[in-house]
Amino acid sequence: MSAVSGAVPVRRGQPAHMRAWRFVRRHVLDVYALLALAYLFLPIGIVVAFSFNNPLGRFNYTWQGFTFSNWAHPLGYPGLGSAIQISIEIALLSALFATILGTLIALALVRYKFRGSATTNLLIFIPMTTPEIVMGASLLTLFLNWKIPQGFGTILIAHIMFNISYVVVTVRARLVGFDRHLEEAAMDLGANEAVTFLRVTLPLIAPGILAAALLSFALSIDDFVITYFNAGTVTTFPLFVWGAARVAVPPQINVIGTAIFVIAVGGMLGNVLIQNRRARRAA
Amino acid sequence: MGRFFHRSRGATPYFLLTPGTAWLVVFFVVPMWYLGKMALSQGLFPLFSFGWAWSNFSDAVSAYQTQFVRSFEYAGIATVASLLISYPLAYWIAFRGGRWKNLLLLLVIAPFFVTYLIRTLAWETILSDGGVVVTLLKDIHVLGADGRLLATSAAVIAGITYNFLPFMVLPLYVSLEQIDPRLIEASGDLYANRAVSFSRVTLPLSLPGVFAGVLLTFIPAAGDFINAQLLGTPQQYMIGNVIQSQFLSLRNYPTAAALSFVLMGAILVLVLIFARVLGTDRLTAGAAA
Repeated sequence: MSAVSGAVPVRRGQPAHMRAWRFVRRHVLDVYALLALAYLFLPIGIVVAFSFNNPLGRFNYTWQGFTFSNWAHPLGYPGLGSAIQISIEIALLSALFATILGTLIALALVRYKFRGSATTNLLIFIPMTTPEIVMGASLLTLFLNWKIPQGFGTILIAHIMFNISYVVVTVRARLVGFDRHLEEAAMDLGANEAVTFLRVTLPLIAPGILAAALLSFALSIDDFVITYFNAGTVTTFPLFVWGAARVAVPPQINVIGTAIFVIAVGGMLGNVLIQNRRARRAA
Repeated sequence: MGRFFHRSRGATPYFLLTPGTAWLVVFFVVPMWYLGKMALSQGLFPLFSFGWAWSNFSDAVSAYQTQFVRSFEYAGIATVASLLISYPLAYWIAFRGGRWKNLLLLLVIAPFFVTYLIRTLAWETILSDGGVVVTLLKDIHVLGADGRLLATSAAVIAGITYNFLPFMVLPLYVSLEQIDPRLIEASGDLYANRAVSFSRVTLPLSLPGVFAGVLLTFIPAAGDFINAQLLGTPQQYMIGNVIQSQFLSLRNYPTAAALSFVLMGAILVLVLIFARVLGTDRLTAGAAA
C-alpha cells in the first residue's frame, strides 16, 4: 500500500479514502444484489400499481387516477371469468396427472436398474430442452393428422406432456437423498413391500411430490406458447391476455395477475417459514 | 443393500414407467415424427402430400436467414446479460444468505409468478415513450430528443433477459450452494487472494451451474416470439415469430415445420460447441443438476 501524500490521518492510522474503498469493496456485492432484486421487482410494482389505475381509454399504459373499482369487480370484463376458470381447471388436472405419471417414472429410475433406463432419461431430458414453439407446432401437426379437434382436451394433453419431465426431475431429487435404511428397518420389523411403501416411503417423499405438483400447476397456468398452438377456440387466461393486448388492456388483467402473485408467493412463504421453524426445532 | 431396492429381475420398473413414458412417446416423439414428415411435404392448405421435399429446408433458411441470425444474436446477448445479473445474485444468496437463503431465493423467483404476458406488458409500460426510463435517459442525453426504447432491439433483448432470468439464477444457485466454503478458506490459507480464490476455486466448481443456466436460458430465448411481438416491431421479429405466423396465420405448414427443425438443429449444434468449450465432462454434470 503506497502512502498517498495529503491523506488526512484518522484514528486507526488508515487514510479515509482507504477506509471508504474497503467499505465499498466489502459491500459492493450487497449493493449489486439489492439492485438486482429491485430490477426483478420493478415490473411487478408496475403491475400492482396499475391494478389501481383508472384508465381513460381501453389501454392501461399511463397513470390516470387511483381507484378501487378494478378490485371490486375483478371479473368485470367479458370473457375474463371463464378464461380464468378454464386455466385453473387445466392446471389442476394436468398437475394431478403429470404428478402421478412423473412420480412413477422417478421411482422406477431411482429404485431399479433396468434395460432402457438411459433411453428413459433421455426421453425425460429432451422435452425440457426443446423450444416451446417446436413442441407446440409438432403437437398441432399430430392433432391435424389424427383429426383430433382442438380444445380443452388437447390443451390438457399438451400440459400433462410438458409437466411430466419437471415432475420426474423434482421427485427424483428427493428420492436420491433418501435414506434407504428406513425402508429396510420397516421390512425388518415385518412390514411387507406395500405397507413399507405406503407408511414409510410415501410420507418421506411427499414434500417432493407436493413440490412437483405445485411446479406443474404453476407451469400450466402460465403457459402461453404451447397452449396458443393447440387451444382451438378455447381461451385460457394467458390467451385472454394475448388477445386483449391487441385491442385493449383492461386493468382487471393486472388485478388477476396481482392476485395470482399474492396467492402463489403467500403459499410459498408459508412453506418456507414452516420449514425454517421445523429446522430450528430439529436443531 | 436390501433385496427390495436392487431387484433387477421382474417387470416392476416397466409397470412404473409405462404410463408416463407412453404419454411422452405419443405426445412428444410421435408429433416430432409428424413434424418431420410435414417438413418434407408439398402442397397448399389443407392438402399436403409427403414427397421428400428437401428444398423446403433450403428455401426456408434462405428466406428467413435474417430472422435466424437475429434470434441467435438476441438470445446470445440476453443469455450473457442474464449471467452477469444472476451470478453475483446467486453468489450473494449462497454465501451471504445465512438462514435467509430460502427466503431470498423465494424473493428471486416470486416475480415470475406473475403471468409471463403480464410481465412483458409491464415492460411495455416501463419502456414506453412517455415513461420514466425514456424521460430519464433523455434528460441525461443518452437518448436523443426523439429517441425511444420501445420498438427497438434493446427493448426486445431486455424483455428476453428479464423473462428467462429464473432459469439462470436457480441452477447457478444450486451449484454455488453445494460448494464447501472450507475449500475457499483453504485456498486463502494457501495465500490465494480473493480474486484468485474465485477464479481458481469457486468459478470452476460452479461451471456445471453456468452450463445448465446458459442452456436453460438460451434455448427458450432463441425460440421466443412474445418479446419481439410485444416490445418490438417486425424489424425485430425473430424466428419464433416467423414459425408462429407461418403455422397459425399463413397455414404454410411445410415451411413452418422445416423452420422448426432448422431451429432445433442450430440450437443443438451451438449447445454441443458450447459443451466442448466448457469441457465435455461438464455436459453430464450440468444435465444432472
